[in-house]
Amino acid sequence: MKSVAVIGASLAGLYAARALRSQGFDGRLVIVGDECHGPYDRPPLSKGFLTGTTTDQGQLALADAEEIAELDAQWLLGTRATGLDTGGRTVLLDGGRSLTTDGVVLATGATPRLLPGPVPAGAHTLRTLDDAQALRANLSSSPVRVVVIGGGFIGAEVASSCAALGHDVTVVEAAPLPLVPQLGPAMAEICAALHADHGVTLLTGTGVARLHSGGIETRVTAVELSDGRLLPAEVVVIGIGVRPRTDWLTDSGLPLDDGVLCDAGCVTPLPAVVAVGDVARVNGVRAEHWTSATEQAAVAAQNLLAGSTVATHRSLPYFWSDQYGIRLQFAGRRLPTDTPRIVEGSPDDRSFLACYERDGRTTAVLALNRPRPFMRLRRELVNQALSA
Amino acid sequence: MIPVCPLADLPTGESVRIDTAPPIAVFHTDGQLYAIDDTCTHQDASLSDGWLEGCLVECPLHAASFDLRTGAATCLPARRAVRTHPVTVQDGMIYVHHAAEEGTAA
Repeated sequence: MKSVAVIGASLAGLYAARALRSQGFDGRLVIVGDECHGPYDRPPLSKGFLTGTTTDQGQLALADAEEIAELDAQWLLGTRATGLDTGGRTVLLDGGRSLTTDGVVLATGATPRLLPGPVPAGAHTLRTLDDAQALRANLSSSPVRVVVIGGGFIGAEVASSCAALGHDVTVVEAAPLPLVPQLGPAMAEICAALHADHGVTLLTGTGVARLHSGGIETRVTAVELSDGRLLPAEVVVIGIGVRPRTDWLTDSGLPLDDGVLCDAGCVTPLPAVVAVGDVARVNGVRAEHWTSATEQAAVAAQNLLAGSTVATHRSLPYFWSDQYGIRLQFAGRRLPTDTPRIVEGSPDDRSFLACYERDGRTTAVLALNRPRPFMRLRRELVNQALSA
Repeated sequence: MIPVCPLADLPTGESVRIDTAPPIAVFHTDGQLYAIDDTCTHQDASLSDGWLEGCLVECPLHAASFDLRTGAATCLPARRAVRTHPVTVQDGMIYVHHAAEEGTAA
């Protein structure tokens, strides 16, 4: 393989590029990214970057100048990929350009879901550094009323950051309780209580009908709920999930279904095309997790260079969230029928360790502010998964 | 010189965090004591909560790894080293000698 194009210059793309080089690929490496920024870490964007503890953009950078030089890649930043030919050998780029390549890594990530209708000024999504800068600018003045639409991890983290900045925050969640799909009802209820601990209002069981805006700048003025209530707001954050960025692959012939379908080795039906990170549906599962993106990259690179699936991605799902000064960590594969049991600490103290159990066996583990025992159990689960 | 705790209170394989600014983590590995800056250089996480294996400690958040002897980051996602601090034991008490601030922290 003489040339590889990595489409996507974020976490998964960078880790794939690193993996290709560390596994001995010494051909031409082109990295295409539609943002004008080099690879940066997204997790701080909803936390320290909003509250001001991560002020320097350099702190977000995933690679320093030395490493960028060592990668010896050609970077096409501010460039959007618009298509992939059916053989997977030509990547079309905006502006009428194209790239011919022997191998392709698809790492285009995901894009926030939007509400129907136009997005007025003051209404934000939070995915990119530019998004975070725009939101931060809107939060820098005197206290405002913030409505966060969506009570998932992004919504909860943004609400926490806004509350820490002294704003008046309301979270609107369509489901009866946020985070139930991830944590199950009992643990989700404990996490939902964190909002009230910090003076944040949580409204559940109601969707959003539309955003109101007015004035000459058509700034957002209120959020109208589907039950008719009107929540005045100067800033609105829409955190209702993401969809994988596969639009540009529609004519590629690759199978797409909420992500690029690939096998357990991140390989698509075209052996010279692999997919990693949020855009990839690996063996039927699309994981929007930081750790999955980094782990998949190494596997995908190995298979791309081998020309077939010689390695598979078998690690255990892991994610974390920081909200209201509490670090939440979760690892494992939980079924809705698994029963959580608190094995250490107490929910009242917002510090505990819970194991999800099925037939007397631990399937997943959740910790609030208990990093040490969490890590021990996570390692045990990983070892179980690898030996299974 | 900062008193940490009696050596008897820090068995092999254990670690303790001291609330200096910035905080320092003290580790008792097999027969050795080490002190490093407690905060992972990748993202805000306490290395005293980390997984100790030989002379390496793994960050409890993203599995970055640091060499206790040198402070060097031995595995991604961390890229920058943590500072190391000398440790001594006097009369059964562990002391950390705060490394001089050399310029600004990286």
